[in-house]
Amino acid sequence: MGTAVVEPGIESRVHYLNASYGIKSWLLTTDHKRIAMLYLASITFFFFIGGAAAVLMRLNLISPQGALLEPATYNKLFSMHGIIMVFFFLIPSIPAVLGNFLVPLMIGARDLAFPRLNLLSWYIFMVGGLFTLYAVIAGGVDTGWTFYTPLSTTYANTQVISAALGVFIAGFSSILTGLNFVVTIHKMRAPGLTWFRLPLFLWAIYATSIIQILGTPVLAITLTLVALERVFHVGVFDPAVGGDPILFQHLFWFYSHPAVYIMILPSMGVISELVTAFSKKRIFGYSFIAFSSVAIAVISFLVWGHHMFVAGQSIYAGIVFSVLSFLVAIPSAVKVFNWTATLYKGSVSYQAPMLYALGFIGLFTMGGLTGLFLATLAVDAHVHGTYFVVGHFHYIMVGGAVMGYLGGIHYWWPKISGRMYPDGWARLSAAIIFIGFNLTFFPQYMLGYLGMPRRYAVYAPEFQVLNVMSSAGASILGVGYLIPLVYMVWSMRYGPVAGPNPWGAKGLEWQTPSPPPTENFEETPKVTEEAYAYGTEDTQVA
Amino acid sequence: MHSSAALAEQFDDLEQQHESSSFGMWVFLATEVMFFGGLFTAYIIYRNFYLSAFEAGSRLLNVKIGAANTAVLLCSSLTMALGVRAAQLGKKKLLITFLVLTLLLGLAFIGIKLGLEWRHDYLEGFAPGVNWTYHGSDSRHLELFFCFYFFLTGIHALHMLIGVGILTTLIIMAGRGKFSPQRYNPVEVSGLYWHFVDIVWIFLYPLLYLIGGRY
Amino acid sequence: MVGHVVHKRLYILVFAGLIGLTALTTGVAFIDLGKWNTLAALAIAVCKASLVVLFFMHLRWSSGLMRMALLAAFVWFAILVALTLSDEFTRQWTPVPSSWEARMQQNVR
Repeated sequence: MGTAVVEPGIESRVHYLNASYGIKSWLLTTDHKRIAMLYLASITFFFFIGGAAAVLMRLNLISPQGALLEPATYNKLFSMHGIIMVFFFLIPSIPAVLGNFLVPLMIGARDLAFPRLNLLSWYIFMVGGLFTLYAVIAGGVDTGWTFYTPLSTTYANTQVISAALGVFIAGFSSILTGLNFVVTIHKMRAPGLTWFRLPLFLWAIYATSIIQILGTPVLAITLTLVALERVFHVGVFDPAVGGDPILFQHLFWFYSHPAVYIMILPSMGVISELVTAFSKKRIFGYSFIAFSSVAIAVISFLVWGHHMFVAGQSIYAGIVFSVLSFLVAIPSAVKVFNWTATLYKGSVSYQAPMLYALGFIGLFTMGGLTGLFLATLAVDAHVHGTYFVVGHFHYIMVGGAVMGYLGGIHYWWPKISGRMYPDGWARLSAAIIFIGFNLTFFPQYMLGYLGMPRRYAVYAPEFQVLNVMSSAGASILGVGYLIPLVYMVWSMRYGPVAGPNPWGAKGLEWQTPSPPPTENFEETPKVTEEAYAYGTEDTQVA
Repeated sequence: MHSSAALAEQFDDLEQQHESSSFGMWVFLATEVMFFGGLFTAYIIYRNFYLSAFEAGSRLLNVKIGAANTAVLLCSSLTMALGVRAAQLGKKKLLITFLVLTLLLGLAFIGIKLGLEWRHDYLEGFAPGVNWTYHGSDSRHLELFFCFYFFLTGIHALHMLIGVGILTTLIIMAGRGKFSPQRYNPVEVSGLYWHFVDIVWIFLYPLLYLIGGRY
Repeated sequence: MVGHVVHKRLYILVFAGLIGLTALTTGVAFIDLGKWNTLAALAIAVCKASLVVLFFMHLRWSSGLMRMALLAAFVWFAILVALTLSDEFTRQWTPVPSSWEARMQQNVR
């Protein structure tokens, strides 16, 4: 089911990949599809750098005394792993790659509202990346990706300013991308494409963009204050002069909590697309899922204090944030229920994208539930700063966001490249990733519960078995990530040619050839049916 | 031909282009509200904790200069608004005149702030981290006030400088006849940006200069 | 295609209002109103900002979408301030358990 259709003569057709040649045509492009590819290359590069840091960390943690690294070096590694994975992989991943590629296609437009701004976004991202790589090479930063004061402002003697500058600059890329998407979705929908006919991926991207727009500037000003404090030796966050280090945490987490929803919402949007396409069934509860995306975006701004329960925050604020954090779980649960209901009595097929989607639903649910444990003040007092937290957020970020990203890349690969990847290898990789992931991170829940603190290069000997399991899992996970790199690149040249709609899916992006022409559509499409109108055109009953 | 040259490829018509352009700038201004908002939040908290030091610091600022600068910026908003109006009416010379006036007023503001006020505070020893010489009572909290004074007005001045750059670009483009009643979005959205920077000052002036118990 | 063109006169009037309000807020700063000084200053600033937003920035004649964008920004700023203050201003509220109180007094002696 869903095999590639070989279309003769595709090589002679002009599309966005062969419309012009040469490095200038790529570096000066304003075509959203090419910009998406520029981002794809960049974030893949950063993913493997962040991954290399993780490899070294997990190797070190094989032994309780630290097998490989001095604590100072270990501190730099977990900091760089966090900074690079969060700001240079996860946050851009789906919006900048899949969003950039698909938003105009899904709404029937020729490009985004501001194509040149889009290119600028990518350049800004790369400049931010360069500053961060400089920070790595020049000695690294050891404050954690969270830059807590007064370590970052007063005591650290590492590359705090370069790293903060790199993140600050990359933040602008995020803001401009979000801005572009919001304006595009509001103003450039094809005739007949009302808000409630939009694919749910676009609702997710829209909600994500709201977060990017309203949250990222606060991170920018906060990092600016850290840099200013370091440079001028003033005391905005220094208790010795009356500054409040917890104020830093408020300002930092005001962005960084919604940031984690920047990382997961687009992935949820992808899952909505995958679940319906591979069940060949209209999504269950469309408006619930659409509204839940917006609800997550709004409520995400009200919960940041749950990172600070034991930081010295007042207990009254803690209670408020705890209650609100429970609230934010509800829309996510709504999505999981609706996806499951979509699967029920659907005509389900198990190609790689669907395997990633099913993996997401299970792993995200686990990660989300453990989030509720952490939102419970009394429990958090014990597991804050332990591997329980590390397990929780990796279940969401890796088991959730990354699997959604990979599922999306596989699903839309035929549209992006005009080729099909080898599904056998893809399914194998998905399985390896799933197994490796669970072996890596499930033990971490247990380690955290047993009391192993995070961000330490060494640990008590009784934790060794679980740590070795986790490191073993990490090596399997690493292999799982490398295999797609190989076959995806291979498929660009040797994969079977894909037609416009190899999956038989609904959506405007499948109404145009694969790969699409530069202007996306021969004629602006007119939309006359609801989203995911499966089973309406023939006698097939769901 | 004139209108087709004015319409960018991705848009279907001039109205969509115009609305998208304005909406885009409003969204950007929302990000600027949050950017300054972080600083204002910190200021509110510290002012509350160290009221007497912050009031003392406020009294050390020169109200006359602050008020004069406020007037300068309000004038520049007027000239900017009139410039946008001239663009809407296709009056090229008038547009350039108003843009130049706005530019000069903006430069005057920056000159007064940096050249007069900052220089004075630096020479008097009220520049944290650079030249701080006051060691009387509550000096650390007073220093905190001046941190915020310099951060807030500095980041504001940086935005003005960027505005000056934008105005310069607009003047050059206007000189080359790039604007018409069909296509004056760049002038309009630059105007929105300029007015926003003015609004930030509208709040900075009282928060920094006026609530120090000057009676 | 031209957006709403405003009368020169309206701009001048708004400008006059802005200058007037600036004079007012400066003058009020020299009068002792106690706690109300801050409120007055902020209220006048909000009036001035509203004049600029509505008339110079044309929000009076703009679509609801633009108004929503600005409103969202201020609501989100309010969230930042309110929830941060909910911590900063309540840190001293936590009552000390009586056993701690006793031990602290012991240490002081």
